[in-house]
Amino acid sequence: MSTNPSSAASFDAGALESSSEAAVTTGGLWSDVWRRFRRNPIALAGFCVVFFLALMALFADFIANDKPYYLEYRNKTYFPIFRSYIVGAKLGHWPAELLNVDFKKLEGAKAIFPPIPYRPTNINLLEPLEPPSAKHWFGTDKLGRDIMAGMIHGSRISLSIGFIAVGIAVIIGVILGAIAGYFGSWVDLVISRLFEVMLSIPTFFLLITIAALLPPSIYLTMLIIGATSWVGIARFTRNEFLRIRNLDYVTSAIALGVTDRKVMFKHILPNALAPVIVSVVLGIAGAILVESALSFLGIGVPAELVTWGSILHEASTTTFAWWLAVFPGFAIFITVLAYYLVGEGLREVLDPRLRGLR
Amino acid sequence: MGAYLLQRTLLMVPTFIGITLIGFLIMRLAPGDPAELRAAGGLGAAAGGGISVEKRGSVDEAMAQWRAQYGLDKPLHVQYAVWMKNLLTLSFGESFKDNQSVWGKIVERLPVTVKLNFWSILVVYLVAIPLGIYSATHPNSFADQATTLAAFVLFAVPLVWAATMAIVFICGGDFYYLFPPGGLESLDFSDNWSIWKKITDHAWHLFLPVVLLSYDGFAGLSRYMRASMLEVLRQDYVQVARAKGLQEKIVIYKHVLRNSLIPQVTLFASILPGLIGGSIIIETVFSIPGLGQLGFESVLARDYPTVMALFTVSAVLTLIGILISDILLSVVDPRIVFGRRLQ
Repeated sequence: MSTNPSSAASFDAGALESSSEAAVTTGGLWSDVWRRFRRNPIALAGFCVVFFLALMALFADFIANDKPYYLEYRNKTYFPIFRSYIVGAKLGHWPAELLNVDFKKLEGAKAIFPPIPYRPTNINLLEPLEPPSAKHWFGTDKLGRDIMAGMIHGSRISLSIGFIAVGIAVIIGVILGAIAGYFGSWVDLVISRLFEVMLSIPTFFLLITIAALLPPSIYLTMLIIGATSWVGIARFTRNEFLRIRNLDYVTSAIALGVTDRKVMFKHILPNALAPVIVSVVLGIAGAILVESALSFLGIGVPAELVTWGSILHEASTTTFAWWLAVFPGFAIFITVLAYYLVGEGLREVLDPRLRGLR
Repeated sequence: MGAYLLQRTLLMVPTFIGITLIGFLIMRLAPGDPAELRAAGGLGAAAGGGISVEKRGSVDEAMAQWRAQYGLDKPLHVQYAVWMKNLLTLSFGESFKDNQSVWGKIVERLPVTVKLNFWSILVVYLVAIPLGIYSATHPNSFADQATTLAAFVLFAVPLVWAATMAIVFICGGDFYYLFPPGGLESLDFSDNWSIWKKITDHAWHLFLPVVLLSYDGFAGLSRYMRASMLEVLRQDYVQVARAKGLQEKIVIYKHVLRNSLIPQVTLFASILPGLIGGSIIIETVFSIPGLGQLGFESVLARDYPTVMALFTVSAVLTLIGILISDILLSVVDPRIVFGRRLQ
C-alpha cells in the first residue's frame, strides 16, 4: 500500500475493528466513495434514474391501479388500494358491496384514481391494439391491456431480476473466487479450470436451454441467470484475493491463529470488494438485458406475466403496432444505460489507478 | 510451435469434457421427457381428446421402445459414455424430431451462421479500430467525446429492441421498406441472375443482421482501442520517437498502433460467445436458417441430440477462437514466446 491517503482509507475499511484511529480521520471508504461519486454529474444522473426506477417499482400499485386511492360509496369511505394490501396479507376482507366489482362503474361513487387507472392484468377485448391516446398513454396490446400499466409493473420484474440474479451470482462468485485465491495451489488450479469451462460455454444458449426445459417461472429465471453469470465476479475476487493474501496484515492474522474463514471473509473480503462492486453493477444491467432477451423469445417467464421483454415479443409479430416496440424497449435501454453510468462512475471512484486523474 | 499447439490442445480436453458434461447433465436432469412429448404429439392426431386405459398401455409400451431405441433407458453415465464414443466418430446421432442425422443438419446450416458472424467480426474491427485511433489521437476533443457518448449509448441498446425497431420501422410493415424482413435471399432469387445482382441481393439481406450483431461489439471494442492506445501513447518510447523528430503519422501508425492492437487480439476470443448468443436472437427474428435458429427450435422441441451437438459445436468454436487469438497474440507481439503464456 502506498502513502496515498485514499488508498490508506481503503486499507482501513478492512481492518476497521482493530485500527480505529485512522478510520476516525477519513470517515471510511464508503463515505469517501460517495463524496467522489457525487462530483461526477453523469454518474449521478444514472444513479438518480436507478433511484427513480426503484421508487416506481416500489409504488407501482399507487401509480397504475384499477382501484382508487379513495372511494366514497353509499355514504362510506374506503381506501381500496390500501385495503387490497390488507386483504392480500389475509388480515381483512373486502366489504360485500365491493367484492369483485369494477370500481370505475360504481354508481354514485366519488373516487380518486391513480394517474393510470389500469392494472397490467386488466383485459379489455373491446380495445385491442389501440395506439397511444389520452386514455391509454402508451396504447394497448392485443388483449386490450394498458401498456403503460404493464411497463410500470414490469419495472418490478426487471428490478428484482437484476438484484436477485446478481445476488446469486455474487454469492457463488465471491465464495469460489475467495477459495481459489486464498488457498492457491491445486485448489486454485481446479477452480480456475471451472472458470475456463464457464467462460467457453455458450452462456446464452445454455440459458435458453435451461429456461426452456424448466417450467416457466420468474424465480427460476432469476436463479438461472445468477447461476450462469458469476464467472466475471469470481475471477475478480480471485485476483484480488491472490494479491491481498500476501499482504503483511493477512500474514499476521494467520500467525495470530485466526481461522481461515475469518481471515477470508472478515479481513480480506472487505478490501477485495471494490473491483467486485463495479462488476456487480454492470452485472445488474446484464441480467436485465438477458431477461428481456428471454421474455422476447417467449421463454422463462409465464405467458400471462407482462414484462418489458414480453411486450417487445408481441411487437415483433404485430409490426404495425409501433407503440409496442418503442416504449418498453426504451425503458430497458434507459435502465441499462443508467446502471452502466453508475458502474462506470463507481469504477472511476474505486479503481486506484484512475484515482486523481480527474 | 508444434509442441505448444499440442500442449494447448491437451489442456482443452478437460475443459471440453467439462462443457459437454454440464450440457449433458442439464438436458437429462431437467424435468420433462422427450418420449412423453413425442407421444403427446402423435396422440393429438390419433386419439383427439381423452385416452382410454388400454390405449394408455400401448402408448407406454411404444414410449419404452422408443426410449430403448435412443438409449434413454440406460443410466446417465452410460448414456454420456455412449454419446462421447459416438462423438469420436463425429456422429451426433439422429434428431428426435425427424430422425435425420444431426451432423447433416449442422453441416447444412453452419455456412449461414459462419457467414453472418464473419461479416460481423469484420465490421466490428473495421469500425472499432479507426474510431479508437481517432479518439485516442484527439483526446477530449468534441469528436472524441461524441464517440465516447455514442459508444456508451449503443452499448446499452438492447439487441432485442434494436431488432424489433428495425422490423417495425424499416422492414416493410406500415412504415418504410428499406430492408427485407427476413431470409437470406429474395423469394424470386434465381441462378440466372448476374453475379452482381446476386451479390447485391445478398448484401441487402445481410445488412441489417450484420449491423445488429456487430453494433455492441464495435461500441465496446472502440473504447478498449482508445484506452489501450492512450496507454501506449504515455510510454517513454513514444516520447523518444517524437523527440528524435519522427513525423506524427509515423509515430502513431508505426510505433503506437502496433502495440495498442495487442489487447484487441485477445478480445477476439471474448466477442465470439456473444456473437453466438446474438445469432440465436437475430436468426430467430429475421428467420435466417442458421445454427442459432436451429438451436432455438431444437431447445423448444427437446431435441436432445441436436441441442447437445450445437452445444458442443459452439463450445469447440469458442475454444478454437481462444486458441487462434493466443496464436495471433504471439504473431503481433514477438515478446510473447510460445508456451510461456501458459498461466
